[in-house]
Amino acid sequence: MTDSATTPPRQPMAALPGGEVTEDGPMLAADGKPLKHSLNRALRREKLRAFLLVSPLLIFILVAFVAPIADMLFRSVENQIVSETLPRTVVALREDQNLPEAAPGEPVYEALYTDLFIAAEYKSHTRLGSRLNYEMTGLSSLFRGTGRDVGRFDTDIYTDQFIEAAPALEDPVAWSNWMAQDEIRAALPFTADAWDAWTTLTVEANEDDPLEEDVEDFVYTALYRDLANGAAPANFPDVDVSTFETVSIKALFEDSDEDWVDPEVWQVIKTYSPAYTDGYFLNSVDMMNGPGGDAEWRPADEQIYLKLFWRTMWMSLAITFSCILLGYPIAYLLSTLPLRSANVLMILVLLPFWTSLLVRTSAWKVLLQQQGVINDTLVWIGLVSDTNRLALINNATGTVIAMTHILLPFMILPLYSVMKTIPPSYMRAAKSMGANDWTAFWRVWFPLSVPGIGAGSILAFILSIGYYITPEIVGGTEGVFISNRIAYHISSSLNWGLAAALGSILLALVLTLYWVYDRIVGIDNVKLGG
Amino acid sequence: MAALPPYASTGQKVWHYAYRVICAAIFFFLIAPILIIIPLSFNAENFFTFTPEMLALDPAGYSTKHYEDFFTNPDWQVPLWNSLKIAPVATFLSVALGTLAAIGLSQPHVPFRRAIMAILISPMIVPLIISAAGMYFFYSRIGLQGTYWGVVLAHAALGIPFVIITVTATLVGFDRSLTRAAANLGAGPVRTFFRVQMPLILPGVVSGGLFAFITSFDEVVVVLFVGSAGQKTLPWQMFTGLREQISPTILAAATVLISISVVLLVTLEVLRRRSERLRGMSPG
Repeated sequence: MTDSATTPPRQPMAALPGGEVTEDGPMLAADGKPLKHSLNRALRREKLRAFLLVSPLLIFILVAFVAPIADMLFRSVENQIVSETLPRTVVALREDQNLPEAAPGEPVYEALYTDLFIAAEYKSHTRLGSRLNYEMTGLSSLFRGTGRDVGRFDTDIYTDQFIEAAPALEDPVAWSNWMAQDEIRAALPFTADAWDAWTTLTVEANEDDPLEEDVEDFVYTALYRDLANGAAPANFPDVDVSTFETVSIKALFEDSDEDWVDPEVWQVIKTYSPAYTDGYFLNSVDMMNGPGGDAEWRPADEQIYLKLFWRTMWMSLAITFSCILLGYPIAYLLSTLPLRSANVLMILVLLPFWTSLLVRTSAWKVLLQQQGVINDTLVWIGLVSDTNRLALINNATGTVIAMTHILLPFMILPLYSVMKTIPPSYMRAAKSMGANDWTAFWRVWFPLSVPGIGAGSILAFILSIGYYITPEIVGGTEGVFISNRIAYHISSSLNWGLAAALGSILLALVLTLYWVYDRIVGIDNVKLGG
Repeated sequence: MAALPPYASTGQKVWHYAYRVICAAIFFFLIAPILIIIPLSFNAENFFTFTPEMLALDPAGYSTKHYEDFFTNPDWQVPLWNSLKIAPVATFLSVALGTLAAIGLSQPHVPFRRAIMAILISPMIVPLIISAAGMYFFYSRIGLQGTYWGVVLAHAALGIPFVIITVTATLVGFDRSLTRAAANLGAGPVRTFFRVQMPLILPGVVSGGLFAFITSFDEVVVVLFVGSAGQKTLPWQMFTGLREQISPTILAAATVLISISVVLLVTLEVLRRRSERLRGMSPG
């Protein structure tokens, strides 16, 4: 703002460009330093000052706006829920050889038993179930049902046999002493893991003291697993497990729900066990990860999104086209009328532009109803019979009419500002050379107004494909856009990943159009309200 | 199109008048839906169409009962006050940060000017539903979802592009030698800003502020996701009303909002003329 206070006098610079070497050596500024350096320093300071003025807003926008968008993009591929809820199962599945032909082996079920027991205590198994249900219907109830059963699995036979063989094993304090010894932990890896999980669980989820609680069955089950593998740690009760009565965890799961031995179920869990997935994006374009791990089309009755994207596009095109059709004559009239009357008529364009979106949407809802003003008028005139009123709302017609009205000012304003720059003498020149009205318009005026049509169309199209409120209210089921589906997935179905993926695709579409708009019009030339 | 020349042929005359009729019809399409709300809001019945009494201009067909409901029912008054609590704070944030940034951007040497401009304008370009989704996810992570400040921050972000665009446009015609003259006369940067630059760009700042205000006051998608029941705004209440049980009070609310838009429109027009006069352009 106060450049001259810090920059050296400018006069010599104009006479001799900065840094030019005179007979006496480099050009010097008043303080005796080379002029070139002083000028560079001043330029740097100016840049820094400009940047400092911009930075608070830049930081604000980055935090309040750009970070949320980045978060949404991240959520569209993020998939930590499986590996977070079932960490042991995911590891065991990786080593399992049976899939995809048959159900996995016993170790996977043992891992799942521990994972699911803990998940059920934290109540996180239902969330995982809902997540996996997006990929395969039925998994939600599978997880919910077995989550209820898992605490009552017949694994207590291990608990009873261990306590009978070595009563010290019932004492949580003794357990905690053993589990503090590194040699025992190393010899009993599954037990140590189960113990740690149980103590954390007891403190976090139940807010109890582990030293005063009964050790849970899954810890004894893990202990059996370790000892059956041949572990024999020192300083630990010596129990001979070879005579133990055993139970197959796999069979227990099968008893709870036979879907647990379905290889397809396991394939889904395995496919979605990595921390990142393309599943949401595939879902957004009606595809899915097939059993073999390759992308394939969803069944025909589940394909909705491509159709919805397609409908969003063509309805936006229809709206844009109606805007051109209605906006062009108005812009032409405004730009050819004398300024004073044009300004008065401009108010008729600006008033809708400034009126609340909800007001305009309410107006259309009221007007387009079966018993609304438009139908009443048509019946009164006699154009339609009373029993045969037009269905103007809750369908695509309603959306197109209301959205055209809402976006029309966005078409008229850029068209008008382009047409204002066309000199009227061009039309007169064309006519004086023998063109009739139509030829003069079509060969001279129209080509000159095309940039305005381009600018207005892209603007109307960008605004329209992202619209949510108006289609939601006047669109019914046939006239809704992709945005309405995104909102549905956020607030009703809670499939946030899919909402994020659909949003990312829409965002990519809009940014591409925006880029085109910037090339054609330049974002600096956006004008607001005439 | 201006006036019909005396030598116009019959065809030209017909087209001239037909064209005016077409334009009148389009203007009617633009303005009628808004104006029709106003008489409908005075309906004495709970209908959304004109009753026979209304068409007969019978005073018994009209009443202000929907306005009474709007101004006394807490279902409408609480959202109205919420809107009035959120919009000014969001506007203040947008205007304060936006004006500083616009001044910074108008300096001759700004590094990455285009990239910065693109980021600052982006809230206007990105569809609202996407902004709403992102903010919902991100603000729930940092504990702002469902809070007053969450909604204010979100609305301030949405209003910023308007402030940037209007203030930048005002600064295009700003004579930078004025600030040099001020500095030459001994004013510091702060004093120069408040005494020389600010009065000259004030119309742009105020109209940017009005845009930011109306953006927040009229915004429903983002507040629907970022806000909770405690931040229910007027547009939100209207949206719920339209989607679920539509009550004629909505027409009274709409009429109040139309009056506000008319006031804003007039203010902006006055400001625009003043700004152009100050910058030495002819009013037009």
